[in-house]
Amino acid sequence: MKKLSLIPVLLVGVLLIYAAKDFPEWGSPSSPASKSPVSSHFIANTGVDTEVPNMVTAVLADYRGFDTMFETVVVFIAGMAVLAILKNSGTKKSGAREFEVDAEPDIIVTNTVRLLVPVIQIFAFYVLAHGHVSPGGGFQGGVVMGASFILIALSWDLETALARFPLDRCTIVAGAGIILYAGIGLLSMFLGGEFLDYAELAKIFPVSREMARYHAMLGVEIGVGLTVTAIMFSLYANLSTEGRLKGGL
Amino acid sequence: MFEDGGIINELFIERLNYLIYVVLLLIGLHAMIAKNNLIKKLIGMSIFQTAIILFYVSVGVKEGATIPIYLPEHDPHGSHATHAEGNQTTEQNHGPVVLEAGLVKGYSNPLPHVLMLTAIVVGVATLGLALALCQRIYQGYGTIEEDELLAQIEKQETRTQPRVVSKESKPKAVAVKKASTAKAKASNTKPKSSAKPTPKKLAPKSQAKSLSSTSKASSSQSASVKSKARRAVAKSTTTSKVKPVTKAKSSAPAKSASVKSKAKRAPAKPKTASKAKPATKTKSTTNPKSSTTPKKSTSAKARPRTPKK
Repeated sequence: MKKLSLIPVLLVGVLLIYAAKDFPEWGSPSSPASKSPVSSHFIANTGVDTEVPNMVTAVLADYRGFDTMFETVVVFIAGMAVLAILKNSGTKKSGAREFEVDAEPDIIVTNTVRLLVPVIQIFAFYVLAHGHVSPGGGFQGGVVMGASFILIALSWDLETALARFPLDRCTIVAGAGIILYAGIGLLSMFLGGEFLDYAELAKIFPVSREMARYHAMLGVEIGVGLTVTAIMFSLYANLSTEGRLKGGL
Repeated sequence: MFEDGGIINELFIERLNYLIYVVLLLIGLHAMIAKNNLIKKLIGMSIFQTAIILFYVSVGVKEGATIPIYLPEHDPHGSHATHAEGNQTTEQNHGPVVLEAGLVKGYSNPLPHVLMLTAIVVGVATLGLALALCQRIYQGYGTIEEDELLAQIEKQETRTQPRVVSKESKPKAVAVKKASTAKAKASNTKPKSSAKPTPKKLAPKSQAKSLSSTSKASSSQSASVKSKARRAVAKSTTTSKVKPVTKAKSSAPAKSASVKSKAKRAPAKPKTASKAKPATKTKSTTNPKSSTTPKKSTSAKARPRTPKK
């Protein structure tokens, strides 16, 4: 069986290496990806269109906003599916595996984390809000924020983290992120533009069309950040306890 | 192709990034195909994903380019630029200008970054979903080894097969029965509670199967006979002790019931129901084809068994 599976694998490998001959050289500025009008349009026009210096953020939240919205929806659905799959599943076989740890939380660890967590969370906000002018954005900030809650769960126990961020609130926050994202898109649609055409928001906010896109992108990133934060933490909480939500690693 | 020194040279020096991505991708692909453990398959999937990310990044890289964030002097709206030059009025007169082609070369391609950024986060979320499924599978079957899982699933299918078989191909059902009578006799008493949920779950499926296709039923039956031999080996290992018992239980009554009620050509239910006495009772349950019947039949099975023993 294992030997047999080598045949298609090696076949794929030979084909890919054969195709690698035609791929552009490393770092070539004239590679198709870099030479394509799409990429140079993004590089040339992002500053004019949106006033956002970070092209990645602009492309993510504005030019490809539809894609990003449904990426967020995928994250949300994955989190909800984990909730649904593992809900009440651990309670049936009580004697299967015990996660309870009777050890007290270590004083050095907890005090270090006590100092670290605020810094991590402020850094998460910084990464999220500063994503327009430096590397960062909703996904990154959301992951950092979720990691801070996971850190709490690791150094104390899951109940402590769940007391700060209960799982039902996770669901609400994750949904609110998507609603915020889609709401900004719908609002711009009701103002006469297309879905996620943020420039139309200039009609109700006292800003230029470019700055409307700038700020709408921030709103969208916040929505993404909320969803990612909540889903990351709920993934951890569910997976580390097989859905039992007590004890933890 | 590979004898040519030039190509080797090209592959290992100029296209090393593509070689690495191909190797990583093949490792992941092989793990996904050949590994038995589901978690190892997921690790393979992650390696595969990493290979794709590496591929995108290496395609998007640009020699001599900086990250796709405008330098202050290139930012059309940047306050930095206007302050540095000190001519805010001219800037406003001209308005924002599109970056010229020469400067475009100085920034790397933002598109692969965007695609991979979302791919990583979505990959994490879907990996979490896959891990949750693995945990659920482990809770349900007690294993995440693929071959053991397949054996157990086949076992469950054979447990439902005899109902189909008893209608069309009796000799095979007899063979199955012969193979399993000893087991059934040895153990038809104990795991009643554990046996109940499974027929409930599987009965509707087999019912539909018996209505729709006869050839499929016979072929899968032969498969089940085959799998039985394999299972006999596997039984001594850590696979569940409950499963063979329940299967034997349901297949053994299948035969007796089909022999008994041949005239009526009773479809599915009488077999899961009792072997011995309450033939009349079970026959009454055969008529309705609704989804509630499996439940009824299991309850009918549970009751007459106790007087029998």
